Order: sequence, then structure tokens, then C-alpha cells
Amino acid sequence: MTGLRGLDLTQQLILLLAALVLFTSFVMLAQSRLVGLVRVFAWQGVLLAVTTGLVAHVSGHAHLYISALLTLFLKGLLIPWILHRLVIRLGLERKREADANRTLVQLGGASLVIFSYYVALPAVQLSTLFTRNTIAVSLAVVLLGLLLMIVRRKAVSQVVGFMSMENGLFFAAVVATYGMPMVVELGIAFDVLVAAILFGVVFLQIRASIDSLDVDRLNRLNESEP
Amino acid sequence: MIALYLTLALPFAGALLLGLIGHRRVADRVSMAVSGATFAASAAVAVRVLRAGPLLSGGRMFYIDAFNVYLLVLTAFVGLTTAIFSRPYMAHEVRAGRVNARRMRLYHSMYQGFLFTMLLALSTNNLGILWIAMEGATLSTVLLVSLYRTPESVEAAWKYFILCGVGLAQALFGTVLLYFAAARVLPRDEALLWTALHAAAPALDPAVVALAFVFLLIGYGTKVGLVPLHNWLPDAHSEGPTPVSAILLGLLLNVALYAVVRMKMLVDPALGTPLAGHLMMGFGMLSFLVAVLFLHRQRDIKRLYSYSSIEHMGLMTFAFGVGGPLATFGALLHMTVHSLTKSSIFITAGHASHIAGTQRIERIRGLIRTQPAIGWGLLLGTAAIAGFPPFGVFTSEFLILIATMKAWPWLTPLLLLGLGIAFAGLFRHLHPMVYGERPAGQGPVAANMLPVVVQLALVLWLGLAIPGFLAHWFDQATHLISGVALSGSGL
Repeated sequence: MTGLRGLDLTQQLILLLAALVLFTSFVMLAQSRLVGLVRVFAWQGVLLAVTTGLVAHVSGHAHLYISALLTLFLKGLLIPWILHRLVIRLGLERKREADANRTLVQLGGASLVIFSYYVALPAVQLSTLFTRNTIAVSLAVVLLGLLLMIVRRKAVSQVVGFMSMENGLFFAAVVATYGMPMVVELGIAFDVLVAAILFGVVFLQIRASIDSLDVDRLNRLNESEP
Repeated sequence: MIALYLTLALPFAGALLLGLIGHRRVADRVSMAVSGATFAASAAVAVRVLRAGPLLSGGRMFYIDAFNVYLLVLTAFVGLTTAIFSRPYMAHEVRAGRVNARRMRLYHSMYQGFLFTMLLALSTNNLGILWIAMEGATLSTVLLVSLYRTPESVEAAWKYFILCGVGLAQALFGTVLLYFAAARVLPRDEALLWTALHAAAPALDPAVVALAFVFLLIGYGTKVGLVPLHNWLPDAHSEGPTPVSAILLGLLLNVALYAVVRMKMLVDPALGTPLAGHLMMGFGMLSFLVAVLFLHRQRDIKRLYSYSSIEHMGLMTFAFGVGGPLATFGALLHMTVHSLTKSSIFITAGHASHIAGTQRIERIRGLIRTQPAIGWGLLLGTAAIAGFPPFGVFTSEFLILIATMKAWPWLTPLLLLGLGIAFAGLFRHLHPMVYGERPAGQGPVAANMLPVVVQLALVLWLGLAIPGFLAHWFDQATHLISGVALSGSGL
């Protein structure tokens, strides 16, 4: 517990990247245009890939290089590209989202970060400054993704929130444990890819059935229907 | 060993094959044949485990013990009976113009794909693969829920996708935390293997493991349908095709609960406190009580029985949480009889909604006069699920009640009250549906009642006398989960 001076250069770099990933989560919360939102999401994916590459370099785990390339390709390029195409195809690129009180949302996000630190604090194993910070930041990214899903009404933003949660999970796996075993990582990457494609399919179905992507209008199924 | 690989490879190959030929007329027979072969293979695995004990594959990828082997057989069995049922049912839907040939191809392919993910989730020894299979189960069924493309079904699919996706993301975080805790005491390539983790559990850091369990319970609990994360369940089950509801309710919920219990088996020795059990008891009891109240308000026959499933899953979660040999044995038995009964109820409810041309309870009338097999099937199935003796659900609920009386006496009245309310809720809707005059213009439909008869007969059998080998399995599984076998505990 000697503060930042006790960390070596790579650990400091990883903490910097963690802060940047967290920052992109806040930018996503503030971003009301869908195209911008997808772009910030892509940047988060790129940061994640850079982190993975850095951890691979430091730890010498070769499979992390593959994982970094996979992340860059999936989270930084392919999924944002799919989402971007969907936004264009659905004609949503000029729309601004009127979301809930933005200041309140940002403050809520800040309190989620504090909460994450509060949760990560008591674990004995997390007693080093480095692991405590990374676990807390990744938990915060997960929760901020959840917050994004709650406050937004457009289906696309909800998907971005969902994928951003996955980014948080992935960050935790890479930084805290040097990645999961290869077979697990490949499986998760496959699931994420299929999920992204399926989201696109379901978008088109929603669009065809209610002629909008406002999830507020998905309200036919409830307990009080006559 | 080969039987186990076959159990997994058959539905996988079936999914690929039916992806190619699923639009042909022969597809439903192919699907039945694949499911039948899968069931035969899983039965061979069961015989092997019965004779020679737990099975650990080379490379330790798969692990079959007394706990998951009977779930494996049960899953393959319900997969088979539902495939048999889906043949006349989906033919009716095609004739009614609700689905076309292309969607039938999707349906058949994803049906087998879903069975594959369930069997993989049950048989894997790797907690990462378990998560992947659970996510795969969601992915393969999203498009099945929205198969009819009505606004309601698309909405249900969206809710299902988002809620289960978010829930499973929590479970992945829990898995990462568990891996993080395990990586300190185990070699990296073993740190996600359940067998290795179970052996090393006492050495894991309790604080991290406790945190991991909370995330895992929320994550897999979403798929179990625990209140307050249950919102997707009635929607997805009422709007999708009935065979899909039957396998989702009969299998997916069980497998999700299986995942939770596996995690509890790791967490208990690591923590040395009953935290995991208490959390499960709380969530289970809440789900049970909320679901029985909602039973009264339902107007859709499939939603009604979906809430009944939440009720029963809550009861099982509660029983596993109570722990101890008696409650665990009761919960294991309840998992089996609930699956069998609920999938047969969904089969009859599906036919009933075809007879009436709607799923609205107030317009389904005079079933016994119209088609006695379906009317009686629904009546007997509901009687079984409500816990009437001599059906198996009565036995398992009775065991759970006794165990609760021993361990937590003041919770027993709540359980009894809930069971009473559930009974009233089911039968106030059921009576007008099965009895009474046949409405004008209502005629019988083509139905294959064989699965219902077989499943209800099995439930009856389990209620009258549990066969020795099955009791032995349950007892071994009880020993694995609670640490004490029922036969040796003096109860």
C-alpha cells in the first residue's frame, strides 16, 4: 500500500487504461446520438484490445495475443460496424434520444463507481492497490452498462449497454486473472458474436411489428391487460 | 464414454442436418429419430454410471456423477416426448398459416441446438463451458420465441434476450471471480474445472467466493425464473410455440437450477457458513409466494402454468437452500416430477388452445366433452402439479415440508399457505375449462397423447414407489450435495 509509486510501469499503464475504459463508459452515458454512441463503444473495444495486448506482453501468455486480436476484431470493428449499419439502415442516424435527466444519470454513474469500490474493498485477496482497482473498475463498467440499458429507450442503445457490460467482464478476466483458458475465451467470443447478429435480427423483427425501435412501446405483455 | 460423446454429438449433428433439410416434410420424423437416439445414448451413459460410478472423461472436459446423470436422462427424455408432441402440433400451425417452411427449418434446427446446449451444460466439468452453454441456450431459443412474428411474440423475445443476457453477464462475472480466487491455489488450466475446484474449495478465499456466489446466483437465478428476475418467463412461455414452452419450462429451468446447486456445492466448503443456503432460501421463498398470488390473476392458459413453474422452481431453490439430506432428496425428486408433469401439461394445454382457437382461459370451455383425452389430461396433470396424492409431486412436496418443519418450523405455515393458494388459483381456472358444455362449432384436433400418458404414468409411479436404482441415484446425489446420504442419516 505505498500508493502509485509502488507500482511498476506496466501496472501504471494498465491502471491508466482502466481509467480510460471507465471514462468511455461515462461518455456513452452522456452521448445521446446513436452513431456517436456506437463510435464510443468501438473505442472502448479498442482500449480493451490494447489492454489485453499489454497484459499479454507483460505476462508472456501467448494465448492472450490471440485474445487481443479477437477483441480488436470483434469488439473494436465487427460489432460496432454491424450496429452502425443497423442504425443507418433503420434511419436513426439523425435522431437524438431524449433520455432521463442527464445530470442525474451521470451522478448515478458516479455513485455506482463508489459502490463498486465499496463491494471490492473487503476481499482480503484484493488487498493490493492494483487488483482492487482493476476489479472495482471492471465491476463499475458492468454496472454502468446496466445503467445505460435502464435509462435509454432505443433498442440499439440497450444493445450497446449490454455489449459494454461484456466489455467490463472481459476486462476483469484479462487484468485480474490474465484471461480465462483459451477454450472458454473462444466460446465466449463466439457467443458474443452470435448475440450481436441475433440482436440485429430481432431489431428488424421489432421494427416490422411495431414500426419503431422505442422499447417503451413494447408494452403489450403485462399482468393488468384486460 | 462413447455413449456420452454420442449424447452430445447426436443433437449437434441433428441441428446441422435439420438446418439443411428442416423445411422438408420428413424433418419432424428426423427430429424425432435424433431425439430418440440421443435418449438411448443418455440411457447408456446412465447404465454405465450406475454400474461403475462417476465418469470423468479424458482431458477432464466432462464429468458425470449421480447428480447430473439423471438430469441428463430426464433432459433427453423430455426432448424426445416433446419432439413427438411437436409433430401434430406444428403441422396444425403450418396448416393454420402461422409458420412457413423456412421458419419450420429454423424451428427444427434450433430445437436440436437447444437440446445440445442443455446436455452440454449438464455434462461439462468446466464452469466456463457451463456458462457458454447456458448463453447458447438463450441464443438458440430467442428466435423460437418470436417464431410467429406477432408483436407480442417479438416483444417477448426481446425481453427474454435482454433479461437473460444481462442475468448471464452477472453469472460470467461470478465465474471470473471464482477463477480469480481459484487461480491462487490451482494450476491455471485446472482453475475452472469443477472437480478440481471442489477438491480445493476449502483453500479458496472466502470473501471473493462469497462475492462470486452472489453474482452467480443472480445470473443463473434469472434463468431459473427467481423473483424479482422472473419477468421474461411468463412472456416467453406464453408467446412462443407450445413445444418450445414445454422444453424451456421442463428443461432450461432445471439446468439453470442445476448450475446454481453446483455452485453452492463449491461455495459451502469454501465459506464454512450457510450464506449460500440462506440466500437460496430467501429467493426461493419469495418466488414461491409471489408466483402463487399471480396464479389467480392470469387470463392466458400458458401464462397460468408459467407462474406455476416459477412457484415450483422457487420451492426447489428453497429446498436446496435448506440443505440437509431430506430437503435435498425432496428437491431432487421434485425436479424430476415437475419436469415430467409440466411438460405434459404444456402438451395438453397446447392442444386445448388449438381446440378453442385461443389461449385465453375464458374462451376455453368444455374440453372433456369435446375431446376427453385432452380434458382428462389437463385435469390429471393439474391435479398432479397441485400436489394431489398419489402423484409424485405430493411425495416430494411432503418431504420438503417435513424437512422444513425440522429445520425452520416457523417457515412451514408460509409453505402450506402458499400451496393452498396455488391449489385454489389453479383449480378456479381449470374447472370451467375442462367441465361444462361443449361450445358450438368446437371439435377435436389431431393429437398424440402418448407422451402425456407416459409422463403422467411415470409421475404416478414415482408417487407410489420410487424404483430402487432411482432412489439409489437420488441418494448418491443427496450425499454429494448435502454431505450426508438420506439412507444413512437415520431419517
